[in-house]
This record gives sequence, structure tokens and C-alpha cells, in this order.
Amino acid sequence: MIPDKKLKLNASGEREIVMTREFAAPRALVFEAYTKPQLVQIWLLGPPGWTMPVCEIDLRVGGRYRYVWRRDQDGQQMAVGGVYREVKAPERLVVTERFDDPWYPGEAVGTVVFTEKGGMTTLTGTLLYESRAARDGVLKSPMEGGVAYSYDLLEHLLHEQVRREA
Amino acid sequence: MTPARLDATFAALADPTRRAILARLASGEASVAELAEPFDMSQPAISKHLRVLEEAGLISRGQDAQRRPRRLEAKPLQEATAWLEEYRQFWERRFKGLDALLEVMQAGKQTKPKRRRRH
Repeated sequence: MIPDKKLKLNASGEREIVMTREFAAPRALVFEAYTKPQLVQIWLLGPPGWTMPVCEIDLRVGGRYRYVWRRDQDGQQMAVGGVYREVKAPERLVVTERFDDPWYPGEAVGTVVFTEKGGMTTLTGTLLYESRAARDGVLKSPMEGGVAYSYDLLEHLLHEQVRREA
Repeated sequence: MTPARLDATFAALADPTRRAILARLASGEASVAELAEPFDMSQPAISKHLRVLEEAGLISRGQDAQRRPRRLEAKPLQEATAWLEEYRQFWERRFKGLDALLEVMQAGKQTKPKRRRRH
């Protein structure tokens, strides 16, 4: 059984993770949800039990952003920040990403492209890491744990990939 | 899974021809000639891809000494897929929240003109 097919996520080349996802909304709205602090705080969740009390966004080239998540149970914090390299509303964002307590080496560069067709928005997010080891480290890090997977899922993913590229 | 092993798996999977070969082997073992057929590629070119897949532990050779069929080795692929799947589910949870938020935003945009008229 495939648990959820909406979000497609793949390792690409040596240093990238690429994800695509469709949203039933015009891209101006998706872009807004991605760049307005009070909206980002609602959806850019951490693991279960965490909230985002701090969300600062200076949306211009060279401007900084900073997100802080907090686990209310014990006050533990996790923070990430970076600089906007490109801001082209409502179609493209390029930002750097570095965690306060790094869980992968160096800095990553995230590119988000929003394309709209027939009222639907496709979001394509690419995270480019400094090294292959950093990228693979991200994929190996425990996120929520205990995910069931099967041979069926593997076969499905492979066929899907081949179909897409055919 | 060791990081080196995972690296080798992802590197092997980065190529579309190699993914197509794996997809073909997912439905049963096949000889080099059979694998080369659907691609516009020479057997030596296919053999090169097969070597990368074999070194990554993704495929192995079957018993038949004449055909030397290749077959899929499930374990490393399952492990690599599992990492991706876990990361994917983390993001999918976020995006479901974004779906809900976008719905609320759209509903809000639709009622705004009314509000403006009232003022």
C-alpha cells in the first residue's frame, strides 16, 4: 500500500533532494503562505509536539530569515536561518539554510519554484547540499521513525520514475 | 546501513538508465542481451551500468552459467527507499497543513470584497 502519493521526493544527482507537490490554490497564495511569518508559523511544523514561536522574514535579496521551533514539553529548541539570494514573487525563491545545531555539515541552498496551471500550483523545491555526505546524512536522519515500507512501494516508485522519464 | 553503502546506492540510482534496468529486474531476472534490448545501447554500455549496480550491491548474477542472468537485490534498495520515504512523510505532514491553510486563505479572499463594501 502506498501511504500518500501527493508529494514526490527523490535524491537527485550527488548533492540534491528534489520534491514536487501540487496545491489546489493560485500560486500567489502559496507564495504568500511561504513568505508571511504569521502564515509560515502555522504550517511549517517541526516534529509532533513542537511549535514555531519565532518566525522572522526579511523578504528581499540579501534579507535574512530565522525560524525557531520549540518543544513545549521540555523547552528544547531548534533553529534555522539564512539569507534570501533571489526573491521573485510569486514564482521563485532562493535561500541559504544553516541550522544553529547543525545536523548536516555546512550550508544548504534551497530553491523553490511555483508554477500555476488551471488554478493549481506546482511547487518544486530543491535542496542543494555542500557534499554528497551531507545530503545522504539528511536522508538518513531519523524524522518520525517506524515507517512501514515494502517491496511493493519500491517497485511502484521505480516504475513511476521510469514512466516520468520515458 | 553504512553511509558508504548508502552513497553507493544513491549514486547508482542517480542514472535513469540504471533505474530503468532495476525496474525491469523488479519483474524477474534477465540476461544482459535482454536488458540491452529496450535501450538504444550497445551491450558493453549496458554492461558498464550493470557493473555500477553490481558494485552498489543492487543486483547479483544468477546460477545459469551461460545466460548469466542479473537479478535484483532488494535489501539496499529497500533501505534507500525507506530513508526517502521517512523524509517524504515528514514533509507531507507539513504540506497537509499548508493545504488546510490555503483553503482558509482562499475562503478569506472570497469574502473580502463584501467586507470592503460594508466599510
